[in-house]
Amino acid sequence: MSLSSRHLLGLYGVPKEDIQLILDTATTFREVLERPIKKVPTLQGKTIVNLFYENSTRTRISFELAQKRLSADTVNFSTSTSSTKKGESFKDTVRNIEAMKVDMIVVRHQSAGIPYFLTRISKANIINAGDGLHEHPTQALLDMYSIREKFGTLKGLNICIVGDVAHSRVAMSNIFGLKTMGANVSVCGPSTMIPVGIEELGVKVCKNIDEAIKSNDVLNVLRIQLERDAGSRIPSVREYHNFYGITSERLEKNNKNILILHPGPINRGVELTSEVADGPYQIILDQVTNGVAVRMAVLYLLGTMN
Amino acid sequence: MKIILKDATLLNPAQKLHEKKDLLIEDGIIRKVGELTDEDYEKSTVYDFAGKYCVPGLFDMHVHLREPGREDEETIETGSNAAAAGGFTEIACMPNTTPDIDSAEIVRYIKEKSKEHLVEVYPIAAATKKRQGEAISPMFELYGAGAVGFSDDGVTIKTAAVLKNALEYSKMFDAPIIEHCEDESLSSGAMNEGINSTILGLPPLPSVSEDIIVIRDILMAEYTGGKVHIAHISTKRAVELVRWAKKRNINVTAEATPHHFTLTDESLKTYDTNFKMNPPLRTAEDVEAIIEGLKDGTIDCIASDHAPHSIEEKEMEFIYAPNGIIGLETELGLALSELVHKKRITMEQIVEKLSINPRKILNLPVPQFKVGEKANLTVIDPDLIWTVDVSTFKSKSKNSPFDKKLLTGKAVAVINKRKMYYEDKFIDI
Ligand SMILES: [Zn+2]
Ligand SMILES: [Zn+2]
Repeated sequence: MSLSSRHLLGLYGVPKEDIQLILDTATTFREVLERPIKKVPTLQGKTIVNLFYENSTRTRISFELAQKRLSADTVNFSTSTSSTKKGESFKDTVRNIEAMKVDMIVVRHQSAGIPYFLTRISKANIINAGDGLHEHPTQALLDMYSIREKFGTLKGLNICIVGDVAHSRVAMSNIFGLKTMGANVSVCGPSTMIPVGIEELGVKVCKNIDEAIKSNDVLNVLRIQLERDAGSRIPSVREYHNFYGITSERLEKNNKNILILHPGPINRGVELTSEVADGPYQIILDQVTNGVAVRMAVLYLLGTMN
Repeated sequence: MKIILKDATLLNPAQKLHEKKDLLIEDGIIRKVGELTDEDYEKSTVYDFAGKYCVPGLFDMHVHLREPGREDEETIETGSNAAAAGGFTEIACMPNTTPDIDSAEIVRYIKEKSKEHLVEVYPIAAATKKRQGEAISPMFELYGAGAVGFSDDGVTIKTAAVLKNALEYSKMFDAPIIEHCEDESLSSGAMNEGINSTILGLPPLPSVSEDIIVIRDILMAEYTGGKVHIAHISTKRAVELVRWAKKRNINVTAEATPHHFTLTDESLKTYDTNFKMNPPLRTAEDVEAIIEGLKDGTIDCIASDHAPHSIEEKEMEFIYAPNGIIGLETELGLALSELVHKKRITMEQIVEKLSINPRKILNLPVPQFKVGEKANLTVIDPDLIWTVDVSTFKSKSKNSPFDKKLLTGKAVAVINKRKMYYEDKFIDI
């Protein structure tokens, strides 16, 4: 079994069989992570570059760990957004990296579409670790893995993504992937945070958070990205919290069986109260562990293709 | 020197002419229209143009030449060569150069540079000083030096107050204010807002950003009696607004680019920056509305918005890449392939939109096929099938989304200012 594409650019249009294969492979690696020696020689001799143009300690560490567990050689290239503001050097940077004969590039960048651009200027396998507001496929895959671990399936589950959906690549990847796997996907948040035309993708829009809690099996709660000028789309964080914040009272009143996911890092007291963030409904730390297994699966499947 | 254009169909709706007649041109002047003698044929160089149309020289009223300032991307000369190759004998160039075309000196510089070339370049000068939108430019002086219209293209004239001034002032010499319609507060995006921007995660640019300025400008044209020309119209609503305005005899005209009547935002799926322009590619519904607008006369002309950019600048992160594509060398082919051959508009309308109307808007004379007139004409083979190949373009830049596209219809010769461009060469005639 192998994937149908040699890159992971996003989950839009990725066939069900591919997602299934990644999630099944991740299960195997999840077991590896429970062993005393958490390392396999699968990608020995492969060179992977982590090309991070945006700060993201969590995602980078997760990828790095996955690469080390697979015995790959890794090189990190991180640069802040400001130093390459105009981006003239992106192509040159990639050409330099390419000259070092790398096998795979994991890329995060503030401009949507960068992974596509990379496939045109590099021969390596490209993995998208988050591009602008486009996609963050490995995050969605680990969310899907975590949900599947709890429910045994994704098909027919009611899953709602809550928050600034319009400005979340995590949300979009989740929507594409979950729809492909047969889940009923809805979104909930203030109208200014709902993406234009989302219904055309077969996604229901819910404006009331209590309704969303009542009618779903899973809530995937997004971080309110204050740094991405969420301020212009909501009058205040306080108002957001009052109308869309997830509190224990809301969960207890509406649905005691709900499962809460959060891609992290959490703004405590904004999208989730501390009580919920540390409470019985959430699996936030499982998501982190599963993230390593899912990334190992993606790296393994792409890295052993050619 | 005497030349004869033989067996072409002379097509000029401005003189209600649609007839197969031979033309005798001597030293750049039309000496005979039909009724040529055997002696004429013996003493002239004869070009056989059977099956082709001979029309008044094509005119593109929206071209960005990068001179002065960015001669690495385009010069007046290379842009003029591209125009000739595309079938144009005259073009108007936009003022967003470095420095801007906002002084008589620069207007004269451009006129001077284009003097020796087959293609005549008419400068559009800045509507406001340095295109900053604060105060109107010295329009009298600019007009006197040879500017034919005023625009802050690249951006909209910032405020209604300055627009009002510009329209009232330019009315004195009947020159149009050419508007790039985009509400600044809504225009930080990189592609049309809609389902595709949601899927692609690119910052959206809503169509209402254009519509708001179009209606502002229409109302201001009505109020002042000034003349507004809407550049590169791209939305369905904007077409409706212009149609509404024309019904009320408001002095407004509009142009559409070939990319806005042939492509949609679906094309952005691979994040190829050759599909990034402003206004952005819109939806199929908008494309249909533009074609309808061209058909019923709501949209007066076709213009390229030829915008050369270097490969280094274009081949970068989508959100940072500059807007715009080159268009002079594909414009006629796209119009013929997508509009005429698909039976959306007629060949007469092509001549109106690519030759007659731009000149009317800019108060320039339309060339006539009459004895004693200067020969300013384009010979079009409507059925020539060719493949776009940017590597052969005369333009210094290669940023076209139409590379490798198969087109039907092409200019095969242009004549102006005693020069002829034929088979890739300029010939003195
Ligand atoms: Zn413009
Ligand atoms: Zn322009």
